[in-house]
Amino acid sequence: MSTPALEIKQVSKVFIKKERGKRFPRTKREEVTALSGVSMSISRREIFGVVGPNGSGKSTLIRLLSTLLLPDSGTIHIFGHDVEKEEFAVKRLINRVSVDAAFFKKFSPLENLAYAARLYGMPIREAREKMREIMLRLGLKEETFTSPMENMSRGMQQKVAVARGFLTSPTLLLLDEPTTGLDPYSKRDVQAFVREIRETHDATILLTTHDMEEADRLCDRIAIIDEGRIIALDTPQGLKGSVSRRNGHEPTLEDVFIELTGKKMEEKEEGK
Amino acid sequence: MNPFVKEMRVAYAFVERNINLIKRYWGWEIVWLIYSLVNSLAVTYIGAGMERISGQALDTQYLITYLLVGTLIWSYLSVIFYSISEMIAWERWEGTIEYTFMAPVSRATHLVGTTLFAIIYGILRTLVILIIVASFFHLDLMGANLLGAVLLLLAGSVSFVGLGIVAAVLPLLYPERGAQMTNAAAAILLLISGVYYPVEILPGWLQVVASASPATYVIEGMRGCLLHGQSTRSLLPIFFILIGAGTAVIVVGLFIFGRVERYAKRTGRLKRSG
Repeated sequence: MSTPALEIKQVSKVFIKKERGKRFPRTKREEVTALSGVSMSISRREIFGVVGPNGSGKSTLIRLLSTLLLPDSGTIHIFGHDVEKEEFAVKRLINRVSVDAAFFKKFSPLENLAYAARLYGMPIREAREKMREIMLRLGLKEETFTSPMENMSRGMQQKVAVARGFLTSPTLLLLDEPTTGLDPYSKRDVQAFVREIRETHDATILLTTHDMEEADRLCDRIAIIDEGRIIALDTPQGLKGSVSRRNGHEPTLEDVFIELTGKKMEEKEEGK
Repeated sequence: MNPFVKEMRVAYAFVERNINLIKRYWGWEIVWLIYSLVNSLAVTYIGAGMERISGQALDTQYLITYLLVGTLIWSYLSVIFYSISEMIAWERWEGTIEYTFMAPVSRATHLVGTTLFAIIYGILRTLVILIIVASFFHLDLMGANLLGAVLLLLAGSVSFVGLGIVAAVLPLLYPERGAQMTNAAAAILLLISGVYYPVEILPGWLQVVASASPATYVIEGMRGCLLHGQSTRSLLPIFFILIGAGTAVIVVGLFIFGRVERYAKRTGRLKRSG
């Protein structure tokens, strides 16, 4: 049997939140469970979705896989490498696109991507060609390549973030809500590119989103996460098949979420 | 590819990034250069005015050069210190810290790139200040040991790189106020290192603290070279102290940084942009 692209076993993560008391200057310490006993295994070339409301633990999971956080318990292996003990081997295999397009705002897309390319040891000439190719493919215009990022719209910045994620040809690509805040056209561009990458680059993709439609359209399998726990994991069809028909229509992933948690996704987000 | 060449290519990412930051924030650069220049001039004019202030005959030329050496060396060393200590603060400010820490780059390579830039930038900046300040005063450096001064400056840089790494830990630990804390650390070094006055005038306990500051040895040695023409050979003990202590501080600094980075990953402190 081949090594899974990603194997997570019983991973938990708790954060300590400190707050000043109202009457006394003493600091109150509160434990916040971000993930609790999460386990999953993802095969090579799979597009795996993790869906759940804001604050459900999706981004914490991505940060653990990105070596930016250490788990309190449990193990994570990426292509057989332990994220804690073989950090550098893992870092060479992964890249990440997060919901916040974090860049040097006064740098141009080319300067920001050149910085990323150098950090990953890419020969700069080859990298420059690839940067242009990916940015054009994502629908960015050539004249925007050299203008400061701060002058670009949120959607354009997010496309540059996607380009940065793909630039290093990661074997495991971590997409943390990559289409949040994008207009429908940009969203479609990014989604088409994700599929194309899987077909052409032999990449495994882990996608977190709270857009159920996006997950349904892109993912081979989906895990539904709520309050740090995986509450269901199956193919989109398998998940939808697990709930009964409602109001005469085929169940959607949103219906599955309501059935499993007793709440709508928006209610969950408001309740946070 | 040779692993050393490969690491140096990665280190160049930080050199190029800092050059781009200077190009994009050129207004800040000019403001900071003017501040340093005016500061150097103001301090040096104290020397020029001492005869009038005290009403006694003094060797004004000596005082001017004494203060100018202090102010220029401090300007250079503080550039090294801030450039290294800001390697985290900048990333926090721009929000890119997670991407840099996620990349397969060792902290040692990160440091080599940042140091390379800091030394080149510090030398160029100090030269500009020196040229302008020299046009205001008559500087007599005849008989000065310039080669010894340059070697001493480079040896002193090693220690300041180490101190910079230790200071860089602060923005990692304290996202909101870490950068300001490095200013306090720099101010303490300025007080105790004999930048504008001999260390001997400090209270006894502060003199003991001063003996632990590498800047004390650099400035004392520089004055020896530039004011008294002290030979390079006679400066050998200071070279050994600076390089030995500098190497030790870098090793300890990298160790502390590694521990704090792990603590930040354990507690989720890399996420907050401050």
